[in-house]
Amino acid sequence: MGFFSGLLSSLPTAFELGLFNALVVLALFLSYSMLNVCDLSTDGCYTLGAAVGAMVAIAGHPYLSLPVAMLAGLISGFVTAILQTKMGVDSLLAGIIVNTGLYSINIAIMGNKSLLNLNKTETIFTKLKPVNDSVQNGILGLFGADKNSVIAKILAFFSNEIVIGLVAVALVILFLSLFLRTRLGLAIRATGNNPDMVRSSSINPTMTTIVGLCISNSFTALSGCLFAQSQKSMSIDVGTGMVTVALAALLIGGAFMGRGKIPTRAIGAVIGAVIFRIVYTIALRFHMPSFMLKLVSSVIVIIAITGPYLKSKYPMFVRRLKHRKAGRDNA
Amino acid sequence: MLKIENISLTFNKGTINEKTAVKDLSLHVKKGDFITIIGANGAGKSTLFNVIGGTFISDEGRIVLDGEDITLTPEHKRARSIGRLFQDPMKGSAPGMTIEENLALAAGHGGWLSSISKKDKERFKECLRPLDMGLEDRMQQPVGLLSGGQRQALTLMMATINPPKLLLLDEHTAALDPATAEKVLELTKKIVEEHKLTCMMITHNMQSALELGNRTIMMNQGNIIYDTEGEERAGLTVNDLLDKFKEAAGKALDNDRMLLGN
Repeated sequence: MGFFSGLLSSLPTAFELGLFNALVVLALFLSYSMLNVCDLSTDGCYTLGAAVGAMVAIAGHPYLSLPVAMLAGLISGFVTAILQTKMGVDSLLAGIIVNTGLYSINIAIMGNKSLLNLNKTETIFTKLKPVNDSVQNGILGLFGADKNSVIAKILAFFSNEIVIGLVAVALVILFLSLFLRTRLGLAIRATGNNPDMVRSSSINPTMTTIVGLCISNSFTALSGCLFAQSQKSMSIDVGTGMVTVALAALLIGGAFMGRGKIPTRAIGAVIGAVIFRIVYTIALRFHMPSFMLKLVSSVIVIIAITGPYLKSKYPMFVRRLKHRKAGRDNA
Repeated sequence: MLKIENISLTFNKGTINEKTAVKDLSLHVKKGDFITIIGANGAGKSTLFNVIGGTFISDEGRIVLDGEDITLTPEHKRARSIGRLFQDPMKGSAPGMTIEENLALAAGHGGWLSSISKKDKERFKECLRPLDMGLEDRMQQPVGLLSGGQRQALTLMMATINPPKLLLLDEHTAALDPATAEKVLELTKKIVEEHKLTCMMITHNMQSALELGNRTIMMNQGNIIYDTEGEERAGLTVNDLLDKFKEAAGKALDNDRMLLGN
């Protein structure tokens, strides 16, 4: 298989994983960009969602797995939020503590195992596959197109996983766009912007932080749940490094669509997630070992955060050089 | 209206840095009073406001606002009846959000899930028009783009959009250039008169302390050393105030901004 055809054939998978990751990126969009809290419990919460989702699906309730996983994420977010708002734990530390605790909890949820196999399990994806197939056949029939037509090829891209991913991402963006316009949403945004102002508007910033983290963690868990079911397996370390990967995607998205209204920025976050996955896939094609993913995401986050900082320091650097030169010339 | 009874507050208790900021202070504010407050650096003026506003909880004493004991009420709950402006114009608004969104949060009516209605939008615009700063045409711009004076004027509107029972102004024009400060002060006067607000204002400008409002109090070392209103106050000059301070405190008034400023 040639380089490009190989790349092309792996694009749908990259897109699919990008969409699932996008849910975590949107969660961070709420907690990191809006609430100004760097939620380090993200890794554990993602695994929690995957574990709970997988166990509920194994128990025979694939549809129920989604709300239950989200509820688990919400509880995890609630604990993180309470620790940092009511118990005097530093917000970064609160995330790390919850993350560590979740490791044990997740293994307990998985029935004392660190690996789950969902090969023979009915998942949300296997359940909905017939629906997607019949819709696609319907579209094909509507256009009277055969299996080799362009339409059929386009439709083939929209696999069951991608359609579900798209729907989930669209729903979350819609929710965020509407929610962040409400009074509660405005208060959450203001909490990250100027907590003093929130207090003087008779709103308790403790409450807004709790609500924000509950919502964002439920999205993180939903992402883990969809990922585990689409992969038909999950291990205890699926979430490792997720917060950095998602942050990298968020910052990439912000570089493209960081300004403007909330829906634009949310879509930017999703595009960031997909771009990140595609770039990663291309890098794999260039024989980058897959274990490099985390290093790449770390470097992206470092560049995205230090870049603007170093840029702001640049005039001072030039000034110093000039000053030194002038000193030499005068001597 | 506001009854402060024997309030005390000490910072860093039991350490070498122990400082009694407010000491056994009592004050009764009548409805419609406009009190100006002057005093030396570290006299406890801002601390008094922080104790009234709920940023700090007093160690001892009682605060009753309009019949309701608010001594231990958390800050955000007091904010419903107490509006505050600070010296720092950046403190009162969220820079990353639009003018409209800031006003919506301050107006704060409706349920948690309600969003800004067309009627609200019109109301916010009308509320900004009297400022004569063109802000009503910039409703969708982030507040971070405004100048200090514009931001302080906006904060004033935000603090009074639901007329509070008590308005606390902590040198709210001190960080502005003289012309803007003058304008914001004019606006303050207008709004206070319009809504008949009960108001307390800390100022370093002795002249405006005497010109504005109906009552002036002078603070030193955490307590009120001079309290004047009515005819006695009407006849006072800045020099009288300085003399009064020397008489009561036993030393000359040393507020650096006061000496440099006017």
